[in-house]
Amino acid sequence: MSGILTYVLHYQGEFNKNSLGAVTEAGKLAKELGGEAAAVVVGEGDDLTDDLCASLGKYGATKVYRARGPEGLAQPVVDVMAKVIEENGYDYALFGGGLLGFEIGAGLTARLNAGVTMEVTEVKVQDGKLVADRPILQDSAIAEVDYVGTPGIIIGRLNAFEMAESGDGAASVEDVEVELSDWSTKARMIERGEQRGADVNIEDADILVAGGRGLGKAEGFQLCEDLADALGGAVAATRAVVDAGWYPYAAQIGQTGKTVAPKLYLAAGISGAIQHKVGMQSSENIVAINKDPNAPIFEFSDLGIVGDLNKILPKLTEAVKAKKGG
Amino acid sequence: MKICVLVKEVPDAAVEKRMDPSTKRLDRSGEKNLNPFDTHAIEAAMQIKEGGKADIEEVVAVTMGPESAVRALHKAVSLGADRSVHLTDDALAVSDVCATGYALAQVLKQEQPDLVLLGQQSDDGECYTIGAVVADHLQMPSLTQVIKMDAEGGKLRCERQAEYGYDTVEVELPAVISVGDAINEPRYPSLKAIMGAKKKPLDTKSTGDAEIDTSRVGSEGKRTAVLAINPPPEKEAGQIIEDEDTGETVEKIVAWLDERKLLA
Repeated sequence: MSGILTYVLHYQGEFNKNSLGAVTEAGKLAKELGGEAAAVVVGEGDDLTDDLCASLGKYGATKVYRARGPEGLAQPVVDVMAKVIEENGYDYALFGGGLLGFEIGAGLTARLNAGVTMEVTEVKVQDGKLVADRPILQDSAIAEVDYVGTPGIIIGRLNAFEMAESGDGAASVEDVEVELSDWSTKARMIERGEQRGADVNIEDADILVAGGRGLGKAEGFQLCEDLADALGGAVAATRAVVDAGWYPYAAQIGQTGKTVAPKLYLAAGISGAIQHKVGMQSSENIVAINKDPNAPIFEFSDLGIVGDLNKILPKLTEAVKAKKGG
Repeated sequence: MKICVLVKEVPDAAVEKRMDPSTKRLDRSGEKNLNPFDTHAIEAAMQIKEGGKADIEEVVAVTMGPESAVRALHKAVSLGADRSVHLTDDALAVSDVCATGYALAQVLKQEQPDLVLLGQQSDDGECYTIGAVVADHLQMPSLTQVIKMDAEGGKLRCERQAEYGYDTVEVELPAVISVGDAINEPRYPSLKAIMGAKKKPLDTKSTGDAEIDTSRVGSEGKRTAVLAINPPPEKEAGQIIEDEDTGETVEKIVAWLDERKLLA
């Protein structure tokens, strides 16, 4: 049997959207391969109920392995998945985009001496095997990669796998006892999911003005806020400026932040690293202002302006106000 | 306490990267530099050393790569590492992530560090993964993408952005930690440090020296196979405006937005 095992992350009784995307993808691929998709969940609270676990069946998992262990850390999950793979012979492990998926997938690679591909955007079935599409060199080329031996580890890019209900019934739930490795218990979560800065809502906005390091300093965000006010939109930010404390975490777009697809995404002083791109590339219209003509963002913007945002943004705000007022 | 920093030589960001169509590997000729994320790892090591909360005997830079990779080590030493180890062997060429992590772990086993630091990603390929691969081989706890780290009393207190916000995690040493670029501002090497870099001890190791099973590395040990390199899906190139007269530029932007009914 050619099975695919996924890991499903949960937090406060809810499954992660990217994990559900991975289950959906695994379900689809397993059917094509003539095998089954299964999922691993790991938690220490009582929120992983039978019903919640069985609900993964809706996305295409036929079986769910539930183990007790600390939440939000990768290495305990590596212990669980390695045991489940060794005892049940899954041919592939597949992860949705997200920090833990990278860590768990990498740990399994070492534990099982297995091939791994990262940032995968698409998986196909070829000659009864899985082949992963992996963008390389800042997305300027795509490598088609398959695996030598089993299992093969596939770590998806954020939002690469869309979650969808497949119309299948409930999954069976099996509790597995796993003795955690000594080193897996040496990292301890002190605080999880801390929100820093004000709570802002960017996901419902039709128009987003996003600021990056190119704003120069925290005060530079005033330019974005003025323009967003004029356009009737909200302000978003890159990871770099959020980590620097210039703007609240709740406004962060990208790999570890939010994914948005507004009607207009105006990027000011954002270079367009892949970690940012994955969170906003589905926007209907992308406008970028950057002083560096070689910034990667110009490769996926619909309108690119090479210039100084300190000069352009204030004038643009005035012009938008005038146009809308008139 | 001893810190090993894993470093890597990557093509300079300013140089266009390309694949070699015959080998389907990254063309590694041309200008190279120390992976920018690794400079943050070295800086993190130096800040622990200079912070005074932990007694650091030495900081050792470790790399795997061809002869030219020694330049990454010189750079690492000029940024403060006390000595360096260069794992180099023809048998290691074209190693994939699985093999690279194993080989580096073999070198680290001989060094017996209390802390292994590395950059969370490299511009040329392996993103986020090598740290966790190495950690599992070394049977050490591990955390990647760390943006704040304090060492005290045999433990590290680390912060990072995870799926649901900022996580704070306490990790017992020895441990493997990969760091993000928000963790610090790397220092510039002094001229004296640059000049002196080549005089610091450099240990060159072969696969035999590091007790690496060569059937697990290089082309023999490959667990993945690149079938083809394809161009990305065609995307219509966007319009580009060079801002010369800002008034005119702004008019063009407004017209563009208006055409798409974004100013309603």
